[in-house]
Amino acid sequence: MSYYTIKTVLVLFTLFIAGIIFFKRIYDYLIVNLRRGQPSNVTGQWGERIKLFIVYVLAQFRLFRYRKPGLAHFFIFWGFLILSLTILFAIVEGIAAFSDPDYIVPVIGSIGPLALLQDILAVIVIIAVLYDLYVRLAEDPERYTGSHKREGVRVLIYILLIMITLLVMNGIRINLRVDPNAGWRPISSVVGRLFVGMEETTQIIVEESAYWVHLLIVLIFLIELPQGKHFHVVTSAFAVFLRDLEPRGGLHSAPEFNGDVGVSKVEQFRWRQMLDFYTCTECGRCQDYCPAYASELPLSPKLLMMDLRDHLKERGEALTKESTNTSTHQSILEKELVGDVITYQTLWACTTCYACDQECPLLIDHISPIVDMRRHLVMEGRVDAELQDALANLARYGNSFGKSARARARWARKIKPKIKDARSETVQYLWFVGDYASFSSTLTDVTKLTANIFRKIGLDFGILYDGENQSGNDVRRVGEEGLFEMLVENNMAVLSKCNYETIVTTDPHTYNTLKNEYPTNGNGRPPVLHYTELLDELITSNHLSFNKKLNYKVTYHDPCYLGRYNDVYEAPRRVIEATGCQLVEMPRHGDRTFCCGAGGGRIWMEDNPDVQERPAENRIREAAALPDVSTFVVTCPKDLVMFKDAVKTTGLEEKIVVKDIIELVGEALELIDSEITE
Amino acid sequence: MNQDIYVVIEHLRNQVSDISFVMLAAAHALTKETNGSVVGLLLGENNQDLVKNLAADRVIYIDHPALAEFTSDAYINTLENLINDNQPRVALFGNTSIGAEIASVLSARLDLPLISSCINFDSNAGELLYISQICGGKIMIEGGFLETTTLATMIPGGYKPEQGQSKEAPEITIVTAPELKDLRVTLAQYIEPEVEDVDISREPILISVGRGIQNEDNIELAEELAELLGGVVCASRPIVDQGWLPTSRMVGKSGKTVKAKLYLAMGISGAPEHIEGITDCKTIIAINTDPTAPIFDVANYGAEIDVLDLVEVLIEEIEEVKGE
Amino acid sequence: MNIVVLVKLVPDLVEELSIDASGIKLDDSWLRLIINEFDDHAIEQAILLKEQSDAQVTIIAPDIEGVDDVLFTASAKGADRLIKLTGIDEGEINNHALGRAVANEIKDLQPDLLLTGVQANDDLDGPVGPLLAEFLGLPYVGYISGVKVDNNKVVARKEYPGGLIAEMEVTLPAALGIQAAEQPPRYVAVSKVRQTMKTATIEEKSVSELDPSGSLSISKMYQPEVGERATMIDGDEEEITAQLIELFQELGVM
Repeated sequence: MSYYTIKTVLVLFTLFIAGIIFFKRIYDYLIVNLRRGQPSNVTGQWGERIKLFIVYVLAQFRLFRYRKPGLAHFFIFWGFLILSLTILFAIVEGIAAFSDPDYIVPVIGSIGPLALLQDILAVIVIIAVLYDLYVRLAEDPERYTGSHKREGVRVLIYILLIMITLLVMNGIRINLRVDPNAGWRPISSVVGRLFVGMEETTQIIVEESAYWVHLLIVLIFLIELPQGKHFHVVTSAFAVFLRDLEPRGGLHSAPEFNGDVGVSKVEQFRWRQMLDFYTCTECGRCQDYCPAYASELPLSPKLLMMDLRDHLKERGEALTKESTNTSTHQSILEKELVGDVITYQTLWACTTCYACDQECPLLIDHISPIVDMRRHLVMEGRVDAELQDALANLARYGNSFGKSARARARWARKIKPKIKDARSETVQYLWFVGDYASFSSTLTDVTKLTANIFRKIGLDFGILYDGENQSGNDVRRVGEEGLFEMLVENNMAVLSKCNYETIVTTDPHTYNTLKNEYPTNGNGRPPVLHYTELLDELITSNHLSFNKKLNYKVTYHDPCYLGRYNDVYEAPRRVIEATGCQLVEMPRHGDRTFCCGAGGGRIWMEDNPDVQERPAENRIREAAALPDVSTFVVTCPKDLVMFKDAVKTTGLEEKIVVKDIIELVGEALELIDSEITE
Repeated sequence: MNQDIYVVIEHLRNQVSDISFVMLAAAHALTKETNGSVVGLLLGENNQDLVKNLAADRVIYIDHPALAEFTSDAYINTLENLINDNQPRVALFGNTSIGAEIASVLSARLDLPLISSCINFDSNAGELLYISQICGGKIMIEGGFLETTTLATMIPGGYKPEQGQSKEAPEITIVTAPELKDLRVTLAQYIEPEVEDVDISREPILISVGRGIQNEDNIELAEELAELLGGVVCASRPIVDQGWLPTSRMVGKSGKTVKAKLYLAMGISGAPEHIEGITDCKTIIAINTDPTAPIFDVANYGAEIDVLDLVEVLIEEIEEVKGE
Repeated sequence: MNIVVLVKLVPDLVEELSIDASGIKLDDSWLRLIINEFDDHAIEQAILLKEQSDAQVTIIAPDIEGVDDVLFTASAKGADRLIKLTGIDEGEINNHALGRAVANEIKDLQPDLLLTGVQANDDLDGPVGPLLAEFLGLPYVGYISGVKVDNNKVVARKEYPGGLIAEMEVTLPAALGIQAAEQPPRYVAVSKVRQTMKTATIEEKSVSELDPSGSLSISKMYQPEVGERATMIDGDEEEITAQLIELFQELGVM
């Protein structure tokens, strides 16, 4: 029996074994568990899905947010895709070996330009892999903390070996004159020259060895795939294609199991959420931009995904083997998802700022599992004292400050003539003021100024006075779905009786929920504008122009719920420019804006005394480092509160001052004190 | 019914409480109208000496081992007979851990009317009037006494304890206790509060913190300020309930009554229970962002500003002045 | 063990209070009634006792605006039985009358332990707890911040000013006036309360005869005159600081 016959048999055999293991693992680890998950509606809108696939998978769009690693991955990805053809050929050629040791796949195997492309790609992939190894081993960036670093290095070495063995095989074949495309493989030729001095038989042995190394490493990689971070190779295309297409700012309603709201067992997640756990590549980009992680709270979106994935697999296994009922299985099954696997501190640390979801190359949703688990915590009553107070106040008074609803419009008391009551008068713009703008003493002056500017511009606007309840955006994100529903009911009862064209608000959180989550009234939701969008419209249509051009250098902080969640980046910038200010961007701007730390209900929670640097302090320092910038411009009431406080606690009062954009507008309009009624 | 005003004297650990003197002062105001006597009721064991500065016309003293420490059943059974047999015009109790419960039970047992939270008494054309405070001090109620023995519980604020003290001890009548057995309520033990590092009731300068301090960390700032001024930090109940300061530092109805020369109330709203503890302070300065906070009604000076905005600047400036 | 908790709803002091035209009652147009904070603690203490031993918790409250929500919330926390007393005219009720009416209802329940808040902000004729206790012939201790049941007696921690605690032993059946539960009242999710509304029932018991004796004569109700208000110091942090330092110097503190 010749070697080549054995080769065929062995190739087929190893293929078969590897195939079985590979598919069985996918079934056991992934399919079994996904089937335990709850239904997900991820079909329809095929055009949109195809577009997503092209942008995020084929073009690897998100990867380039980290330019060099992104470029490296782009080539490794495409290199692999195209070179996988080569691997396929190699397998076929191996199988055909018993009849023709030098078998070359017909037609495709002989396209010259393809051969050239393969050669070039092999080199590029090698360079990319060497760069990645350098990053992992020499730089060891922070984002890999907690990831399986050895697995990462190991797989890079696999890829390196696969490429090298490919070039060696090609090279030797060229030497042996069995490659019709020899002319098209310059790199392989060069590699071949390394062996040209050897005897033919030696070269053949080297070639066959390279072949086996090549094949075996590919198969080992394949069977290891489902177990770790490289599973994304299989799941990512599906993850992107079967993406949840609900608007970013709209959460799914709370799941309920026998009256228990929220997720308390991992199989209560929707299967689409579970798919995300498996798709995490442990790249840590989310971790790099997470404000909770930056302030050393025990939350990393990456580690959250990894923990959920590991728990899902472990529990899935134990559930499947339940009949054997060993004590290990019992203790696994007794592990509480919320509390044991994911701690309370982890869950409550999230500000829902969306930086993680924005950064993730595979569009993983880290926030909805957190909210679903919080929903369970709220049902259990496991809510810390300060948050409990805020929620109790919201339930009783419709605001988190614990003040009487009648005090809501106290800020407007001295404004003459009295601001229209939108509940009884028709208005063009219904100004939904929001809790902080109404009740916080830090905001009173800004809110009054906003009213006066609206008046000066000649807007027909009104407010809801004590009919307004908190919009509920953060109540929902805290997990109190019932309270959210109650606030929505109350607000809708009032809104449905009002006559208006557009809702305008200064609060991005309010904006987000009114726009994306409030019930439609049959005609869709009424248009909601953020005040910066309104000002921008008025400036562009020449209804608002400024007498004075302000000359200072400012920087602008994109609010999470305005920017990342709702894509409003340019309008505020145009307004700033229109006032004559010169905008200097912070390094983390636009969709990379760094959260002030108040969202997700965090502003209602007790501060962790061990925190060395709060997110707002981190951000203010970033702004203060910009040369000649004296003003930090915000367009969110909570940002104003958080950053004013941070300026004090970081001792940067001399360096930078926090202003709401409306203050710039006021200055540019030369609104004199007497026009601003006290 | 006679025209005497009975005052149930409250004492704990051999000390007569301030409310007893307030009640004696009130009783004198009442007897001006009724022309009866002010009669103190003292229950205890070997506690006769406690009568020494009670401003009563006479004191009825009942001695019994079961009355050595306050327990509701024993006191109620003893007072039941005294009041029922003598039918005074009014019997005064403190609105306290001692007085509030016995007054109510007696009212139900003897079917006598009870007026609670009285701060003041008055009269109008021969009719006795009560003035009570309810709803956290936000509402005052005035009304007349019915023509029958009436029980009333008192809160401080209307009469000064000094007005109920006298230099001479009143005459004592000793009355035998009733049989006090099969008592349903007995005292097992006292549990002392944490060892006091400081007795705030003796401190002349107090920096007091309330909810406005927001964070346990910020109490450090109050400590710094206190040190600079030679004072001591104390707090309202919510701060102590959170565990941010020990109970020894609590000011108010459930805590200590303080008599400071300077009481700086930082971020304290001024709930009646707190105010009860500070009315004897000479100068009260209140810092609070809420201009409607009741603390401003009892303070001598006030500033409508956030404690956290003010305190660091204040510390800096004081350090500078001291450095000169 | 059979625990009964009496709950009252009282004016919410966050809202502005005003007197109505009669001059002797609170104006109820803006009045918000909320659970008496101390009764909330009493409920919590009852639930804690239920969690520690085998107890049945019954909540009883007079029928007044907002009582249903309070009762359902208690049920969501774990209360077993909810009773609403109807036929009580909100305006005319005093604690003596309430106590008598409740005593009538409860005596059939034969409670081992009766818990209620030590006081309520609208008490004028004394707190209802000790009155009710006496109408039922139960011993009463108030200002309780800790409860341990031990066979046929209860050990209650009674609070005195300054942090001093007296451990009182009370024979059962007994009544306690709760100042604070051993832990703050727990949070109940709105969804949970809404769910309870579908499964729990509130029993209605009608008060046959209300004996109002014990009510007091009220001639006037008014808001206290703000005596001499504090002299306000104006300005920003620096200005206020300067003035305060002057004051301190005048007072001899600096």
